[in-house]
Amino acid sequence: MTRAIRTVGVCGAGGTMGAGIALVAARAGFKTISFDMSEGALDKAAKQSVDFLDKSVTRGKLNGDKRDAIVAAMSRTTSIDGLRDCDLVIEAVFEDLSIKRDLLGRLDGACAEDAIFASNTSTLSITEIASGSKHPERVVGMHFCLPAQLMKLIEMSPGILTSEETFRTAWQWTEACGQMPVKTQDKPGFILNALLVPFNNDAIRAVEAGVAEPADIDRAIKAGLGYKMGPLELLDLIGLDTQIRLCEAFYPITLDPRAATPPLLRRMVAAGLLGRKSGRGFFDYQGNAMFGA
Amino acid sequence: MKYAFEKAGESRSFPAGDDFLNGAVGPDQADVVIYSGARFTPDPRKTAILIELGMDCLGDHINEDEPSHANVLGFARYRNGDDSPSRLIELVRHPKAGEAAIAAARDLFAAAGLEVSLCNDQAGRIISRLVVPKYNAALRFLDEGLATQTDMDLTCKLGLGYPDGPIERVVRGGLASYYQVSKDLFDAFGAPAFAPPRRARIAFKQAMAKTDTPKG
Repeated sequence: MTRAIRTVGVCGAGGTMGAGIALVAARAGFKTISFDMSEGALDKAAKQSVDFLDKSVTRGKLNGDKRDAIVAAMSRTTSIDGLRDCDLVIEAVFEDLSIKRDLLGRLDGACAEDAIFASNTSTLSITEIASGSKHPERVVGMHFCLPAQLMKLIEMSPGILTSEETFRTAWQWTEACGQMPVKTQDKPGFILNALLVPFNNDAIRAVEAGVAEPADIDRAIKAGLGYKMGPLELLDLIGLDTQIRLCEAFYPITLDPRAATPPLLRRMVAAGLLGRKSGRGFFDYQGNAMFGA
Repeated sequence: MKYAFEKAGESRSFPAGDDFLNGAVGPDQADVVIYSGARFTPDPRKTAILIELGMDCLGDHINEDEPSHANVLGFARYRNGDDSPSRLIELVRHPKAGEAAIAAARDLFAAAGLEVSLCNDQAGRIISRLVVPKYNAALRFLDEGLATQTDMDLTCKLGLGYPDGPIERVVRGGLASYYQVSKDLFDAFGAPAFAPPRRARIAFKQAMAKTDTPKG
């Protein structure tokens, strides 16, 4: 029998992704409990969520009553026991297998026997994460895209032991939230990152190999393929240090040479060129000067 | 800037009916001479000489150390298989190419409303070098059952903002012609990521079988 989802918990809700997921749930009318170890992070996320909703009202995308109902549906806790009434708990904590497995073990003790746990991992195996729970049949992959409150896509992945009922219930919940789920196998990077991370590495290697300057590469990709952003501009936005972390998550489990960290990327990060957040990556965000081969 | 268009057969960059062809003048009047399929003749008096490339390299046509070739560049207007040409011109320089020739070529194509990316003379230039491994991976994922074609394409459109998904794009452009692009790059680089994927190999074989079938 399919479990009715009424109350949704979000772990790691003090972060950008977690806060966005909480907004998705509350906006769809679900009672939503945001959990994070840091009260300050939760306060900050709550303020950002209210700001987002207020902007939606200003832009005419949301009426005032609906805004108030969403805010009223959202609550916060720094205690995992505060999630005990949740029918569905979505984790969006740091992308570390041991942290996620440990969290699932703690959720086993805090939540009802039939609660569903979803992981927002973008790179890790759902099956491995689920091994942290005594009930791996109730664990499912549910990868939102940033920013979750604006992006409709969700990659839904069953682990080896995920029950059909769990997957179906979680799938239906995403649809009830107005999202667009796609089904993928539990493989590294699912669809999005399995295609994107090596592609971005290839662009870095093209710079390193002297194929063209970064601006020429990005211009070619945008004009030739109609992409909104070139791969090097996107990498600057993602953060070059983040790309290294993605490579380090992917390469050991895939042994795909395209997923290995390009040497130029390591050199740039060592030099403090992290992308937009440091003011310079493949492009300079103060003077628009270009960096590259 | 006046340009001449010397071609033998259909140009992939500027097929019959393309407005760009209408602006061409005779070679004697031209500052820039564009060669498409026709054998090129060095002429240091011209501001630039442009050789249209397919999967070949500029170095296949010129001698980089020959001073009279300093004004010679390569170019290709990117097309996804049989799709219409895109707005992108990949302008290919060799190590001793002159800056005046590059500037003239940029101006010429920009005046025609095209975007120019300058690149060095390497196999696959920019676009094919970058997209073939990605499309090959997508086709392999499809074979392995990672997701359906619809879901993979939808994921790229919704999650990455692409105008079309990788598989629908390759299929639309023609898997048989894609095979040749992938094979050429595999031959050039030797990296498994460029190896033609199963579906493209099959499409190519089927296309060859049709060509080989005796008629009448």
